[in-house]
Amino acid sequence: MSQETEISTPQDVEIETAERVYRRGEDSAILRLSESQVQSYRPEDDRRMVINMGPQHPSTHGVLRLSLEMEGETVLRSKPIIGYLHTGMEKTGEQLSFLQGPTNVTRMDYSSPLFSELAFSLATEKLLDLEIPERATWIRMLMCELNRMSSHLLFQATNGMDIGAVGAMIYGWREREEVLRLFEKITGLRMNHNYIRPGGVAADLPDGWRDDTLQILENLPDRLDDFDSLFTGQPIWHERLQGVGVINATECLALGITGPLLRSTGYAWDLRKDIPYLRYEEVDFDVLVGSYGDCFDRFAIRLNEIRESMRIVRQILEKMPEGDYRIQDKKVTPPPRVRIDESMEALIHHFKIFTEGFKVPAGEIYVAVESPRGELGCYMVSDGGPKPYRMHIRGPSFTNLQVLPHMLQDCLVADAVAVISTVDPIMGEVDR
Amino acid sequence: MSGEETTEDVEEIDGVDDAETPSSVSHGQNVLHPTRENLLEVIGNLRTEGFAVCIDLTAVDYLENPKRDLPTTVKPERFEVVINLLSHTKRERIRLRVQIPEDEPTLPTLFDIYPGSEALEREVYDLFGIHFEGHPDMTRILMPEDWEGYPLRKDYAVGEIPVQFKEAPGS
Amino acid sequence: MPKLPMLGDTSNISENGLAGLDHNFLTGKIEDLVKWSRTRSMWPATFGLACCALEMMATGAAHYDLSRWGMEVFRASPRQADLMIVAGRVSQKMAPVLRQVYDQMMEPKWVISMGVCASSGGMFNNYALVQGVDQIVPVDVYAPGCPPGPETLMHAILQLHEKVENGEITRRRHEMGGGAGIMVEQRDGQTASKVIIGKRE
Repeated sequence: MSQETEISTPQDVEIETAERVYRRGEDSAILRLSESQVQSYRPEDDRRMVINMGPQHPSTHGVLRLSLEMEGETVLRSKPIIGYLHTGMEKTGEQLSFLQGPTNVTRMDYSSPLFSELAFSLATEKLLDLEIPERATWIRMLMCELNRMSSHLLFQATNGMDIGAVGAMIYGWREREEVLRLFEKITGLRMNHNYIRPGGVAADLPDGWRDDTLQILENLPDRLDDFDSLFTGQPIWHERLQGVGVINATECLALGITGPLLRSTGYAWDLRKDIPYLRYEEVDFDVLVGSYGDCFDRFAIRLNEIRESMRIVRQILEKMPEGDYRIQDKKVTPPPRVRIDESMEALIHHFKIFTEGFKVPAGEIYVAVESPRGELGCYMVSDGGPKPYRMHIRGPSFTNLQVLPHMLQDCLVADAVAVISTVDPIMGEVDR
Repeated sequence: MSGEETTEDVEEIDGVDDAETPSSVSHGQNVLHPTRENLLEVIGNLRTEGFAVCIDLTAVDYLENPKRDLPTTVKPERFEVVINLLSHTKRERIRLRVQIPEDEPTLPTLFDIYPGSEALEREVYDLFGIHFEGHPDMTRILMPEDWEGYPLRKDYAVGEIPVQFKEAPGS
Repeated sequence: MPKLPMLGDTSNISENGLAGLDHNFLTGKIEDLVKWSRTRSMWPATFGLACCALEMMATGAAHYDLSRWGMEVFRASPRQADLMIVAGRVSQKMAPVLRQVYDQMMEPKWVISMGVCASSGGMFNNYALVQGVDQIVPVDVYAPGCPPGPETLMHAILQLHEKVENGEITRRRHEMGGGAGIMVEQRDGQTASKVIIGKRE
């Protein structure tokens, strides 16, 4: 647990070698063959073969395809083949205005959509040089932490099912439904909310939100203890997850890995603590690190990050200020619907903002937030018009997937399933 | 906002000779503008300075916005590859923008310094057509392998089909 | 094929299965039984692609339960599945895979296109997506929504069950020349809380 900055500096981490991620040739863990070459590749050794896993497979967490070069049940080299969910969202982002942008980016990481919306909105606001009201910032923090909880609960469910505990699916979804019900009350939708928009949030928190949130915070700790008693102490979990898929911190840094994957190696880097955004410096929480860099550490980190998020939500409940839920700048935010009937000016502003869109001054910016998968960044270029000139989302799962071949080396196929599920990729943000 | 006022800070951080690498500040973020030739050298210097992580590598096609804000010593080209580096020790980011001409869209690969750029460079090749020399596996990653064209270029159409609302069949 | 006693003209069996028989009281009852049992354990194939997959999993989870209709077993092997719920956006690279999985399913099979991306390309009218999965496979039910909540998906599934059970689906398929093309309406958003659209300043 690291709150003091001294512990989290990299010099304290033992420098292990990252040599294997730099290899290019046959000794690398990555089977660098194109898709057409893989079809006709015949290893010289008779006992080896190249097996295709996916894209339609119950355990690949979406449409991830893996080429595995195997000897018996042991995986030697592998290659993740992606692109089966490529939606051209970055091109679509150039066709939609800045106000419509969150509807597009929210569907990239569909398990934690509010983070993508947050990154996009923060980038737009930085280009506009806007100062967001306090209440809007705290509402954003609340929604993001609740989303982190629901995403990690989804991880518990899918991870459990991949390991074989089908009951985990039921338990994880039961808790997730509670959070999604709260989201539906606040934002109107269970998923893909389009709630965090440039200028603030789309609507104020409804009446009774405090009671609903407190109810979740009351119910969840006992149920998380259920998870602990069902999974964490269990010998089957230990056998399947401990010592499997080991990676060290230096390799993670060389590959650009962030998030629970990096923290499981013992390296304490969390953007909320180290490069704070929103008001994370005013809330108290711990950054969780593992010790061995294996699958069990990643599972445990995500389970306990739910508890840390609950702690943050409790503090946000106390500290939530009154005020506006969005900035009152008429050029950026549409007027309240009630006023459209009364004021011609309000009607014109509403019309202009929703048809043409507000113009953002020319410039370029990179903003990053800590999503449940790692560093989610938004690189935005504006040319002074109402639409982004270039909108690029740095999806954490895209870079995190590069660690997969190195983790899968010398693992059994059953371990491959466990490893993929603890990397927790969301293919929407991998392929965009 | 690309004022030159705080370029001294940028120099102190990376110790790169300003005469070779122009730098600027964009909304409080440090940006360097190396050329293709000295890119690897600049990145090597930055790596020794502590920028151990290559967070992002992407590209922008400035076909429709050629007169963007750049330092006066930098010659704008059609493509720009943007590399984001992160230093954990200093808790800082730095961005490098490299100009790539349209008729020769190549760049040396960063794989030997940051192996994590492998997938990122493949994505840039797939969507923009910028070739990275020395990359171990320069193939398409998102589009099908036999796809023609580079979708994120500005002269590549969105591919919209015209939608005409009509009565639902069978209703 | 000859005119057999009790069964009548049997020339249409190879095309329409049991529906191709001239039914009398005995075979009619058997066919009703067959249709009834088909709807009572229609196993879906796992074809969750994107965001809609999460809502499909939520429908299978404990709160909105698919096992009330015997459908909680999502079969990974298409040979064992009856129903393909295409949940999510189908990209250009995924389209041949989709067709291959559909072809591997055994008759009788049905397809529900879940969500707007599968039904028509959704909000992504661009180069990367197939604009509607009905360009690749014949679709029987279209469920709108982005994503359709579990209630909408259940409504779509129940519509499909109803149409299979009363034989409507074969009639519609014959009429449309492909999938049945039933469109259901979105049935989500049952919260009771008041939505505040904007306060007067």
